[in-house]
This record gives sequence, C-alpha cells and structure tokens, in this order.
Amino acid sequence: MEPIQIEKLQNEIDQFANKNIYVHLETTNGAYASHFDNNAYNVGAFIRNAKVSFDHGKVVGAGTKYRVGLKLDIGWIYAEGVNQYEKNENGQLLMAGHDREGRLMVALQLSESPFQY
Amino acid sequence: MEKHVVVIYPHPDDEAFGAAGTIRTFRNEGVPVTYLCGTLGEMGRNMGNPTFANRETLPEIRKKELIDACKVLDIDLQMLGYRDKTLEFEDRKEVATHLYGILKELQPSLVITHYPGHAVHPDHDAFGAAAIEAVRMFDEAERPTVWAQAISLDHVEKLGEPDVKNDVTGVFKKKLETIMAHKSQADGMLAKMKQEKVDIEESAKARLGSEQFYTWDYNA
Repeated sequence: MEPIQIEKLQNEIDQFANKNIYVHLETTNGAYASHFDNNAYNVGAFIRNAKVSFDHGKVVGAGTKYRVGLKLDIGWIYAEGVNQYEKNENGQLLMAGHDREGRLMVALQLSESPFQY
Repeated sequence: MEKHVVVIYPHPDDEAFGAAGTIRTFRNEGVPVTYLCGTLGEMGRNMGNPTFANRETLPEIRKKELIDACKVLDIDLQMLGYRDKTLEFEDRKEVATHLYGILKELQPSLVITHYPGHAVHPDHDAFGAAAIEAVRMFDEAERPTVWAQAISLDHVEKLGEPDVKNDVTGVFKKKLETIMAHKSQADGMLAKMKQEKVDIEESAKARLGSEQFYTWDYNA
C-alpha cells in the first residue's frame, strides 16, 4: 500500500461508482486493547461482501488523515482515518489506516467481485 | 512419556508465544506433536512494521509463516479452516464434534489448549471451550489429559497457581526462532524492543521463558 494522494485515490473511487460492487468495511482497536490498558474498551465492527451500489464517492482530508464516504440510494458508507491505499492485482481498491506500529485500525475495500471468504 | 501431543489454538502464532518451548521439549524427547490451527489469523491487525501485508494478502502470508514455524518446531500441522474472530459465533457443539473427530484419529495422550474464560481473545475462549468439550466426548478410560493455558491478568487470583510450569529457557533459541517465523506478527514487538534498546533474547526470555498450564479437571 502507499500513502494517499487525493487526486489519484479519487480517480480510483470514481471507477466503482454506479456499479454493483462488494464492500469490506472494518474498524477495531484489537482484541487485546483492554488487556494491555484497563482504561481501554474493546470495540470493532466488520462487514465483508456487502453488495451495494453508490452514486458518488468522495475522499476528503490532507496529510495523513483522510475520510472516504460513499453515497448510496438509501444510505451511506464512510470510513475515517484511512491513510494508505492500493489497487491490487484483482482490481480491488484497498484503503486502510494504520497506527505507528503498523497495526490496521480501519479498512474500506471495494471490489467488483466478492472478496475471498 | 507422552504418546502424542495435540495442540489446539485458533491463530498462527498462538503456538509460538504460548507453547513453543513445551512443544519443542516434547519433540526433543521424540514425542509426536500435531498442531490443529483453527484459523489463518485473517483479521490480524499487525501488517508488519513497516507494513508489508494488507487485509487481502494477510491470510496467505500468515499461512506461509505458520508452515515455517511448524518446520522450526518439527511438528505436524492441520489447518482447520475457520475464520478469525468468528469462532465464538460458530455452533459450539459443531466445533467440538469436528475436533473430536480429529482427536479420535490422532489418539493423543495430551491436549494443549486455552483456558476458556481466561484466555482474553474471544477466539481463544471459544476454541478452548470447544476443545475441552471435544475431549469430554472420549470415554473416561481413553480420555487424554488437557493442559489449559490462561493468559488473563487475574487468572492466578481467580484460579490459583497453574499446576504445570515448564521452564523453557533451555530451548529458548528455538522458541524465539518460532516467534520470528511469524514475521508479520512479530515485527511490531521486535521494533519496540529495538527502540527501547533492550537485549531481545534476554527480554523475551524474562517474559516468555516459562509456559504455564492448568490440568483440566473433568470431575469438577
């Protein structure tokens, strides 16, 4: 993955607009968060292969902090804190945010075919 | 001497951090060891440091790391194909029956797994519980011993001292080599140690040099 360049990522997101696509969305602070810090509270959310179509998508932000939002017919999808992206060899657009130790904190991924499950 | 030891943990690297020294000690004595690894750690947060994995490449990377780690330990490996972070949502009895089928074939004298309710990660708790249920399905006369590993901060307070305490400092180089085989997962820890300028082997030995288990009491 590489650091987000906003124009390039916007162009990649646009390729998925108005198509039937599969979405992977997750965020987590890890299963050990409260084990290592008793003030922490474990949270996470995960959805893989949600079938959606979005009218338009937009990446907003600067530096190392970006948000990506997708406007659906009857709702929204967004991810906050993404800072790297990659279009992989399967044509899937992977966006993720990592902490300083390289641990994934949030991921939003778009694909025209289902993600492996 | 044990006849056959079966290790049942959900993630690639659970065997490395939790039981590599114990496993390697059994192998040095010529005891066959099989690792039943529940998932490929698909949902791991560590992507290497600097990152070299992503959510889609991680399973294949961790599978290779797991195979390499099992070569270091010189043990058989079966990957059971569950998905990381979902084990607690599977039907407990179904998972237990699946494990029982495998154990019936392998006929172990000892099973090593996590202590349900004291293993911190939901997959550890769920898979440990299923493993303990699987062993319960054996007739008492044929039932293998179970060593359950607790890692919760309050396990000594709640359960008392573990009755099995294996000093694994004698095989520590192999344990460290097993941990290093899981590069995507070990990178973060190692980078932190380097930053703190600690002797990695000495520091790891202090934290990981003793492997402790509770013998499960099926009559309790």
